[in-house]
Amino acid sequence: MSFPLLTATAVVPAIGAIATAAVPAAKRTAAKWLALLFSLATLSLAAVIAVRFDPGAKGPFQLTESHAWIQDFGVRYDLGVDGIAVALIALTALLIPFVILAGWHDADPSPSSQLRSSRGGPNEGAEPNRPYSWRPTQGFFALILAVEAMVVLSFEATDVFLFYIFFEAMLIPMYFLIGGFGDRAGGRGEQQAAAQRSYAAVKFLLYNLVGGLIMLAAVIGLYAVTAHQLGAGTFSLPQIVQARASGALTLGTGTERLLFLGFFFAFAVKAPLWPLHTWLPNAMGEATSPVAVLITAVVDKVGTFAMLRFCLQLFPEASSWATPVILVLSLISIVYGALLAVGQRDIKRLIAYASISHFGFIILGIFAMTSQGQGGATLYMVNHGISTAALMLVAGFLISRRGSRLIADYGGVQKVAPVLAGTFLVGGLATLSLPGLAPFISEFLVLVGTFSRYPVIGIIATLGIVLAALYVLVLYQRTMTGPVATEVRAMPDLKVRELVVVAPLIALLLFLGVYPKPLTDLVNPAVQHTLSVVDKKDPKPTVRVDAVPGGGRHGGTAQTQDVEAAK
Amino acid sequence: MENLIALLVAAPLVGAALLLCGGKRLDRTGHWIGSLLAVASFAVAVVLFADMLGKGAEHRALHQHLFSWIPVGGFRADIAFQLDQLSMTFVLLITGVGSLIHIYSIGYMEHDERRRRFFGYLNLFLAAMLLLVLADNYLLLYVGWEGVGLASYLLIGFWQHKPSAATAAKKAFLVNRVGDMGLSIAIMLMFTTFGTFAFGPVFAAAGDASEGRLTAIGLVLLLAACGKSAQVPLQSWLGDAMEGPTPVSALIHAATMVTAGVYLITRSGAIFNLAPDAQTAVVVVGAVTLLFGAIVGCAKDDIKKALAGSTMSQIGYMVLAAGLGPIGYAFAIMHLVTHGFFKAGLFLGAGSVMHGMNDEVDMRRYGGLRRYMPVTFVTFGLGYLAIIGFPGLSGFFSKDKIIEAAFARGGTEGWILGGAALLGAAITAFYMTRVMLMTFFGEKRWDPEEFHPHESPKVMTVPMIVLAVGSVFAGGLFSVGDAFVRWLEPVTSFAHGHSPVSAGVVTAATMVVLAIGVGIAWLMYGRKEVPATAPRGSLLTRAARRDLLQDDFNHVVLVRGGEHLTRTLVYLDHSLVDGAVNGTAAAMGGLSSRLRQLQTGFVRSYAVQMLGGAAVLVAATLLMRGV
Repeated sequence: MSFPLLTATAVVPAIGAIATAAVPAAKRTAAKWLALLFSLATLSLAAVIAVRFDPGAKGPFQLTESHAWIQDFGVRYDLGVDGIAVALIALTALLIPFVILAGWHDADPSPSSQLRSSRGGPNEGAEPNRPYSWRPTQGFFALILAVEAMVVLSFEATDVFLFYIFFEAMLIPMYFLIGGFGDRAGGRGEQQAAAQRSYAAVKFLLYNLVGGLIMLAAVIGLYAVTAHQLGAGTFSLPQIVQARASGALTLGTGTERLLFLGFFFAFAVKAPLWPLHTWLPNAMGEATSPVAVLITAVVDKVGTFAMLRFCLQLFPEASSWATPVILVLSLISIVYGALLAVGQRDIKRLIAYASISHFGFIILGIFAMTSQGQGGATLYMVNHGISTAALMLVAGFLISRRGSRLIADYGGVQKVAPVLAGTFLVGGLATLSLPGLAPFISEFLVLVGTFSRYPVIGIIATLGIVLAALYVLVLYQRTMTGPVATEVRAMPDLKVRELVVVAPLIALLLFLGVYPKPLTDLVNPAVQHTLSVVDKKDPKPTVRVDAVPGGGRHGGTAQTQDVEAAK
Repeated sequence: MENLIALLVAAPLVGAALLLCGGKRLDRTGHWIGSLLAVASFAVAVVLFADMLGKGAEHRALHQHLFSWIPVGGFRADIAFQLDQLSMTFVLLITGVGSLIHIYSIGYMEHDERRRRFFGYLNLFLAAMLLLVLADNYLLLYVGWEGVGLASYLLIGFWQHKPSAATAAKKAFLVNRVGDMGLSIAIMLMFTTFGTFAFGPVFAAAGDASEGRLTAIGLVLLLAACGKSAQVPLQSWLGDAMEGPTPVSALIHAATMVTAGVYLITRSGAIFNLAPDAQTAVVVVGAVTLLFGAIVGCAKDDIKKALAGSTMSQIGYMVLAAGLGPIGYAFAIMHLVTHGFFKAGLFLGAGSVMHGMNDEVDMRRYGGLRRYMPVTFVTFGLGYLAIIGFPGLSGFFSKDKIIEAAFARGGTEGWILGGAALLGAAITAFYMTRVMLMTFFGEKRWDPEEFHPHESPKVMTVPMIVLAVGSVFAGGLFSVGDAFVRWLEPVTSFAHGHSPVSAGVVTAATMVVLAIGVGIAWLMYGRKEVPATAPRGSLLTRAARRDLLQDDFNHVVLVRGGEHLTRTLVYLDHSLVDGAVNGTAAAMGGLSSRLRQLQTGFVRSYAVQMLGGAAVLVAATLLMRGV
């Protein structure tokens, strides 16, 4: 038996979580380094996955592992990755070390930490009345690693039930991360801040729990159907897809639609899609910036990923049926999220609404059902992760310096902290999808992929690029330019640790903007597979360029494309 | 030879990277590095130009394919360059004028503590602009297109501690983004129509597409051009863009970037030629803008804003010419190049005046400066003669041809367009004479105690002299044996227009309106004393001072309207959407009422719920097995 690489990639951060939690209270710094070390080990394992993965190989999943688990219910421990999963695992593993580094001091005990501990914390068994055994720092980093382990597993699981377990279980550490650790941008008093945080955490949990419960019903329903028709019930995605293709399994139209809706609802809450989005601004606003990045750049991606992997592949017909409504909802998300971002007064909430707009683009791309749309959506997940991380983390550095999240409390930062302002601008430009930076490519692909099937929706979605410029540049102008605000006058520029966090992210945004081919090569075959399961082909151009003499080199590429389309 | 093309872009790009990431240690040498790399790019351009001249007209286009950029399904975008006669013309203009302005800025920005960063941005601009004109497909062009927008944003807002500069920069970027929407949609349309958006195949296949498609593509391309080239209705940003340092106004907002729209239309000639309705839209936009800009230019007392109005108007001429099709493309580009010389020269002259006048921009506080700044006076004067189309100077040749071509469109349209172009020429003569008289002639309207006007250093005057020489001779040189038209013909194609009025009559008419324009200006500003404070003026004057009320319209409709919309949405998101979802949840399971209870004993009840859920799960699966 070969080395279980996929399992290892999830187990390493899980062990890291336990080890970090076990570090004695006094050795806070050691706990941080330990967590960083484990996250780096996970990153190298993710790199090995990316190297070992062969995009050209046949079959939907690679590096598969398969073990019986609960035999009575057909639940199996089945792991496997396609190009999309590899890209997202890489994204997750890449971002966690930066999240840890950026949050280096976020969970240091402050004079008011006792207040926090009295509301219950992550450390099981710790008594609130014994502050010395209360270890918030250890808990904070252990929880981040725990989330990483669960996210990685949900990208790997090819068994629907296995996926469901981790999809739900990651809510628990996320809940504690949101509710337990604030960004100390108080000004409203610690008591009130704690209440706000608590509200945000509960809201996060309730929304996602409801989504999860509905999905659970659908998961059971799916099992029942397979048990009924195949003799033995199964949760295995490849098996169900195959059975549907061969006709061994046929879902009634009504059943398929209901099951689809059950799955989609849970993913749409997580993604989040309008009108189920309202938990996100609260959660991202109240959480510390690294945790906000964890929410939007990593955890939420499970939602959009699962739409591609489970909704489309398990329920192709129902997906086509629901497409018009979903496209309209994503369009609303794009425009609505952007407009609300324009109206925000709080930096972090602004970024949260921008994310809602971006998730609209991702879902739009997925349900456009073209290679450009879905390829773009996958790239979008990766690029949005990197760009939001850059913007949000710099915003966090800014907020921690001034102790306020309100845009109006800043002004002229550019003059006193040019490097901070510069990196903030680059993060902002990535958010508004400036060509040359990675997000441009994914956004354009989504637009073009949507436009080629739904021109009107494509054109309306293009409005998003104007609105994105508006909210980013207004944010930059109000915080960074103009006369220097009195409270910012002594603001220090980025420290080395902070620069180490931001510089690689910016370099990556530039690199993937100029040379995204490694990523597209990885993703393309998986997208083609998904499209073939859904039985959709790209619309053909109205004029055949290869028929024209003198098309030259480009005529050649167009020909290859036609050959591909003919296949 | 084609391997050199990438070097054109790479040199300034390296400069930008060095200067922007290099930190303080490059503060003392940064401006030299930046200028050197600009000149290096120019040198490469000259080598490529010489090589091109050595080849036959049909074999001059060079290609350089670097790598496959975005391959997704049928969507193929490459990083690939194309250098033909049209691109070459732009490359020489961009690197040539760009180098001169880099050198000028060494003096102009001498006392600015952020000079290194300024040169970094200038280099970034050069790289983006070169990418724009060298790309061999529309998507790569888009990268350059937004790249120059970014550079323009950074440079307009260079003195961003001034709120007015920061606002102007944001406005420029936003208005440009509206235009960029047009370019995005154009590329999407091309992709769905032709399956590609590379120049060669699209132009070759254009004939097979329906006219409706081509018209749609043409119109959205026009929208893009309007944004970048400050044409009506997207012209409002250019006046505010004068907040940037003057070398920026000269390079980006006069000589090069704002002409990108003309490049786009000319480059897409194969599409426009087959879409007459789109062409009509182009000429209308051009004609309207050439008058709009000219009228605005008449009313401004700020020397840079007067010149900005003029730029808008001159680009209007180019757009008009480009909309005329093969009878106009070559003249549009020719005017673009000569305009590049004289308008850059005029702006540098204005900068030189400001340099000697404590950054005063109000022409009503100038007067009689010719005695104090002889070099600036002479170079500015030559640029002035060139732009109004004084016989023998550059503008005479290029503008005259455009007016002729406008008449040659034929029919009533031809008369209207030709008339508009002639009227524009008269107004141009008027407002430029006004600028000239108010600045260099008449009585001193400044306090000698406060102002000590002086000539600028050599590093500034030499570029001005070079540009003045170009303003004088370029037009004549291009017209010897129709050299310029024949140079561009293989790319843009050329057709002789058949004007209902003979060339001689057009020239004579142009001379007459020029004389009228100059005469009126002299009567108003030369014979009479210029009041140091602006008179109230007529209704039109007052409207023109406010950019013909465009900004007021924008403010009321877009800014206010937008603010109301977002504020309402923020309110509704909180009360309605959030409330509705919470309410639904409450109705479904009483979740909302349990919220407070959950918050208190949360961990325990959650554990209970998990347990309950698991029990339900097990029970359900057991039941299902029985089915």
